[in-house]
Amino acid sequence: MQRIGVFVCWCGSNIAGTVDVKQVAEMLKHEPGVVFSTDYQYMCSESGQNLIKDAIKEYDLTGVVVCSCSPRMHENTFRKAAASVGLNPYMVEIANIREQCSWIHKDMPVGTAKAVILGRAAVAKVHLNAPLTAGESPVAKRALVIGGGIAGIQTALDIAEAGFPVDIVEKSPTIGGKMAQLDKTFPTLDCAACILTPKMVEAAQQEKINIYAYSEVDSVKGFVGNFDVTIRRKARFVKEDLCTGCGLCTEKCPMKKVPNEFNCGMDNRSAIYIPFAQAVPKVATIDASYCIKKKTGKCGLCSTVCGVGAIDYDQKDEFIEQKYGAIVVATGFEPISVEKFDEFAYSQSPDVVTSLEYERLMNAAGPTSGTLLRPSDKQHPHTIVFVQCVGSRCDAKNEKGKQYCSKVCCMYTAKHAMLTREKYPDTDVYVFYIDVRTPGKNFDEFYRRAVEDYGVHYIKGMVGKVVPENGKLKVQASDLLANEQLHIDADMVVLAAAIEPDKSARPLATMLTASMDTNDFFTEAHPKLRPVESPTAGVFLSGMCQGPKDIPDTVSQASACAAKVIGLLSKDKLTGNPCVAHSDELLCNGCSSCEKVCPYGAITYADKEFRMPDRTTAVRRVAQVNPAVCQGCGACTVACPSGAMDLYGFSNQQIMAEVDAICK
Amino acid sequence: MQDRMIARAKALLADGTVDRVMGWQKGEFAYDITPAVFRSPEALDRDFVFNDFAAANVSKYLVKESRKGGKILAFLKPCDSYSFAQLMKEHRVVRENVYIIGIPSWGKTDFEKIKDRGLSGIKEIKDNGADYFVATVYGDEVTVPKFEVMLDRCKDCKSKKIVVYDELLEEPNGEEVENHRFDEVAKLEAMTPDERFAFWRKELSRCIRCNACRNVCPACTCEKCVFDNRDSGVENKAAADSFEENLFHIIRAFHVAGRCTDCGECSRVCPQHIPLHLLNRKFIKDMNELYGDYQAGADPDTRPPMTDFRFDDCEPSVVYERGGAK
Amino acid sequence: MQVENKEFKPLIVAFCCNWCSYAGADLAGTNRLNYPADVKIIRVPCSCRVNPLFILRAFQRGADGVIICGCHPGDCHYTTGNYYARRRMTLLFSMLDYLGIEKGRTRVEWVSAAEGQKFAETMNSFVETIRSLGENKRLEDLRCKTE
Repeated sequence: MQRIGVFVCWCGSNIAGTVDVKQVAEMLKHEPGVVFSTDYQYMCSESGQNLIKDAIKEYDLTGVVVCSCSPRMHENTFRKAAASVGLNPYMVEIANIREQCSWIHKDMPVGTAKAVILGRAAVAKVHLNAPLTAGESPVAKRALVIGGGIAGIQTALDIAEAGFPVDIVEKSPTIGGKMAQLDKTFPTLDCAACILTPKMVEAAQQEKINIYAYSEVDSVKGFVGNFDVTIRRKARFVKEDLCTGCGLCTEKCPMKKVPNEFNCGMDNRSAIYIPFAQAVPKVATIDASYCIKKKTGKCGLCSTVCGVGAIDYDQKDEFIEQKYGAIVVATGFEPISVEKFDEFAYSQSPDVVTSLEYERLMNAAGPTSGTLLRPSDKQHPHTIVFVQCVGSRCDAKNEKGKQYCSKVCCMYTAKHAMLTREKYPDTDVYVFYIDVRTPGKNFDEFYRRAVEDYGVHYIKGMVGKVVPENGKLKVQASDLLANEQLHIDADMVVLAAAIEPDKSARPLATMLTASMDTNDFFTEAHPKLRPVESPTAGVFLSGMCQGPKDIPDTVSQASACAAKVIGLLSKDKLTGNPCVAHSDELLCNGCSSCEKVCPYGAITYADKEFRMPDRTTAVRRVAQVNPAVCQGCGACTVACPSGAMDLYGFSNQQIMAEVDAICK
Repeated sequence: MQDRMIARAKALLADGTVDRVMGWQKGEFAYDITPAVFRSPEALDRDFVFNDFAAANVSKYLVKESRKGGKILAFLKPCDSYSFAQLMKEHRVVRENVYIIGIPSWGKTDFEKIKDRGLSGIKEIKDNGADYFVATVYGDEVTVPKFEVMLDRCKDCKSKKIVVYDELLEEPNGEEVENHRFDEVAKLEAMTPDERFAFWRKELSRCIRCNACRNVCPACTCEKCVFDNRDSGVENKAAADSFEENLFHIIRAFHVAGRCTDCGECSRVCPQHIPLHLLNRKFIKDMNELYGDYQAGADPDTRPPMTDFRFDDCEPSVVYERGGAK
Repeated sequence: MQVENKEFKPLIVAFCCNWCSYAGADLAGTNRLNYPADVKIIRVPCSCRVNPLFILRAFQRGADGVIICGCHPGDCHYTTGNYYARRRMTLLFSMLDYLGIEKGRTRVEWVSAAEGQKFAETMNSFVETIRSLGENKRLEDLRCKTE
């Protein structure tokens, strides 16, 4: 018989406000096996924990039930407290009487009654708890960073700096990500390339960093400390080790009509290309869907001009298998497609552009070499209308857009407006906004400069319609403060498109078994306290993949993420989760049902000799679980018809005892 | 056919291919025939029978027999062969210790149906080809057409094919048969929930928990059944109330779901004549309809539906939306 | 009849997977979203840990409704657990229906850690369904009803 102590937490008034904690403690005192029951204001505080520790010693407790907040919050706290005085931590159970009781019920008697039942269920479970010891597994001291934008680069640099090898996997031919496409950065207006490219070069030169550009993660197996990852190195048809990046092939390539994604398709590149001058690695890539040689077998000009013989038309995808201790997701974002917002006429006029396209139009390395010319007639625009929140902050019923604020648009629009007015003071610039959101160091000052010093017309209100007419864009909008309709004949309209997670994020999340929210942003382990970890152990989040953020936030998060990875990699061994499956060999039929449903391949079979009742022996095939690989989902326990498979910590008996206690 | 089987068995015993034979043994009466193991030609001559009453599925006995060492000859009817193949799939039988002769089956006879004709004290049943000639101790002599007293499961036969064998007693092998075995399930599905509840209460309340269905079932070969295991939390030796009657049969059907070959032994042996196969067939019908056709035991490789999934499987709410009277 | 139904306090067992739905339930609590106290949650690592036996056991002991909540298909913490749960529960529910047990007494819902609102709404609607169905009489062990 267990000797159980019950500890009911008030959580200040959070629990005590709707649950009569004294009565709960009193009622649970009479449960079988309960030898001590008390309540306290804050069980998780040091004195609360001491209360538990003292009771374990004084009453020689073999089991502890804490009626408190969610086990997701403090289960570990109380387990540690128990362990510190010699009680096996897995003899502690939590009854969640805050999130699942006091916070959702208003009526004291109702809340109290439910709290007692939840407490009873926990007591019933503890009766069947057994001390568990966690196994240990080694940590592969290498990190994988998926995504080579500023977030991935920063995380990789910080991890490498601490002495651990890092591989960056980037799906495009060069690292740099979206930041490489930006012109200037707010609020300091320093040029993006000037601050990003040194980081790219540093990553390339850092001995501990290995860049797999033009590569993708093909599969991920394993678990924290022991991920087995297969990386697909897509065929560039150019030998990366030979190519010097001289660019001769790109000049000679006869196929020059390929939309240039680096300039958002506003100009063309050749079929063999280097995305931009500062690309890392600076290696050419053949775009097989346009290459004449790849499509027709004729041409081969690039191969002829290449002085080092780097061209290899027969190159195949290559697969690399590598073990990692930690995986960082830094898959970033992309702007949403604004074509569905037809009222802004994006698909009807080339002079309606997205902010990222505008960014390229302003950039010296862009399609217009930095001179602001409108795409349709290459003339200098005199009136420009910026539309904020295109697809951001939509209500839930609007299926076209996102409910969230994209966070960066207010600031980059202020930047665009300011830069336009500075370079071309004869231009009229209008910005239509719902609100201008400028929290951040020097952000509001920046926006006010745009309005006050640069004379940008900020108008609160939304643009209703844009109609291309006689080479002009007729903009119909409302000024909410003046309460009037505006008609502006604009030369260009710039749409601040909402941002969304990169399309590659969803399949990657499935591969990593990392959870995502409804918008496909990765979920953090805790929104406030563990913002750079995924709930899946060993998977970390860096940058926009977790939510909209600007460059300073991204870099801070990237470094925070690196710190977490370094913390993990500096451990030699990880203590596993002891709540794993185990098979009772006497009951096992050896039928393989469990093996078929195990997602981790944790179950193997062995032929074992058994003594039969009639003193003969028989050899039977029985299942065996590898506790280091098992993650404790329990799929096997239900697949097993004989009940030979059971799960430590959530055994058949324990769950049924909880059911019984609740239904009593 | 019986003579040819005995002759073949003797030959295989004589040349040392096998050291024993799994077959059917004569009982006190012509109709009470039980599975048995024979070790000598004399025993075969004396007791081995194979006739319309040799309905028992012998595959389950091979779970233990095939592990005993030596090699055993087993005669498998088509439905027995499906069960055996399923047991192979689950690693429950040692294939190399069994020599299988596939024997055809044109349907077995339900003795209860003969009795139901008001005949008692039956002392002799003669097989006249298409009919039986039944004689009783009271001097009654009745002719019964064979088809009328065939086992229901045989009337709904799914396959005459022997799916696993070392040799066939008769060539060629049979084929799968078109059948209407799900009609009865569909009829129940079309009832209102109240009617269904009443139907099953009437049927299951007769259960005396003799465990015959479980003991005969070739899918129920667990080393220890959860219902016999004190630690399982659901152990019960006797159904004390209506819930436990339900529980036992639901869980039994669930445990054999995807593994049941629909051999019909459960219903055949039930002393209370509960149509237990209708539970198993419900699962089979559901799995066929929701996850694609699957026949347990038909082949060694296909993944059973219960240990498989598709990303676009239907949601459990399909149950609320699907047919049946409201 | 109407009045009787209103006073009926159903007993509802909710099996919630640790990673999504239990966290979703916590979020419902954090956001103070009300649902009836009739719902009692049992934490399981994954929806695939829920054995049909547990569900029947709950009914045996007098539960009026049983709901299983797990991660959305594709989001299972263990990759595939909820896909197996989906098949198992589909077949079990179908069997219960076949036996004439009221369909509404069992339900599966996918609730993510972010869907506190959905969790509360689900529980409210499930309790409503069970209230309208009334007491579980078709699957209940009479011996356990001794008060």
